[in-house]
Amino acid sequence: MTATASAAQDTATRIYHHETEHAHPEGSSTLLGFWIYLMSDCLIFAVLFATYGVLGGNYAAGPAPKDLFELPLVALNTSMLLLSSITYGFAVIAMQNRNRRSTQTWLLITALFGLAFISIELFEFSELIHEGATPQRSAFLSSFFTLVGTHGLHVSFGIVWIFTLVTQIAKHGLVEANRRRLMCLSMFWHFLDVVWIGVFTFVYLMGMLR
Amino acid sequence: MSAEEHVMDAPRDSHGDTHGDHHDTAPAHATLGGYMKGFILSVILTAIPFYLVMTGTLDKHTTVGIVMAMAVIQIVVHMIYFLHMDARSEGGWNLLSLIFTIIVVAITLAGSLWVMYHLNVNMMPQHDMSQLP
Repeated sequence: MTATASAAQDTATRIYHHETEHAHPEGSSTLLGFWIYLMSDCLIFAVLFATYGVLGGNYAAGPAPKDLFELPLVALNTSMLLLSSITYGFAVIAMQNRNRRSTQTWLLITALFGLAFISIELFEFSELIHEGATPQRSAFLSSFFTLVGTHGLHVSFGIVWIFTLVTQIAKHGLVEANRRRLMCLSMFWHFLDVVWIGVFTFVYLMGMLR
Repeated sequence: MSAEEHVMDAPRDSHGDTHGDHHDTAPAHATLGGYMKGFILSVILTAIPFYLVMTGTLDKHTTVGIVMAMAVIQIVVHMIYFLHMDARSEGGWNLLSLIFTIIVVAITLAGSLWVMYHLNVNMMPQHDMSQLP
């Protein structure tokens, strides 16, 4: 009897956890979760970079980077992405100042730079395929198209997201949820620019030096 | 119960702005000056490697070294000025997950290149036509 009583007393006094979770504001963990998604995306790109690093020298008697790449075009492409990064920064600043019109304008300008980037990349791909440098030609070209294409696909989805966000801001204004989405997209967009640094350095510049 | 809850909540409250209006969505340190600084640094760090490779002013090994170094510096610049990374964001979890990712990425890249390079080197004699019977 006494043993049961003291055990019951123990349970009554020792509490190691909250009985109820205290309230978190809605979406308070979204940014961290999105960051962790970006880190997993980073692993995808790391594997594609590793694949390119391993296969990038296997030309199968086909064209090499020196025969294919046009650095002025890549420089133009890089500047498009860099400009889109700073215009996205302006959109974030406008959002902080609660300027709805300005936020939307900067987002659309960012989307235009993104579209310019994608257009130039598609032009480059079509030129390569025209010259017979298709993904099937060699292991180098397979890994090249996979790596650069995956990055381009990410940018394309980013552009779709920008247009979605502009529409949502037009409908609901700069509400808490939209500001959170804008910050998630900000991380996504700048992350893609970071990946592009790797692409133009290791694929294009190193390819010309090879 | 209420006493424990209070103790658990104390460190959160000490931040002051933790329960503020927009601590989650808008990092307070996103400033125009920060973005401009990051942009100008990025332009310089992009222009130099492109210039070096396109003109070929320096010898190959020096160029490779500079191009690699510029890329690493530019990634750090982007992380700080555009992605607003610091040890404090999200209570340090952003930085922790980044460090974890960098370790995994380094193992993946270095491991793949190392193993495959040695595989290629060791496979070479097999393809030597003069050795064939």
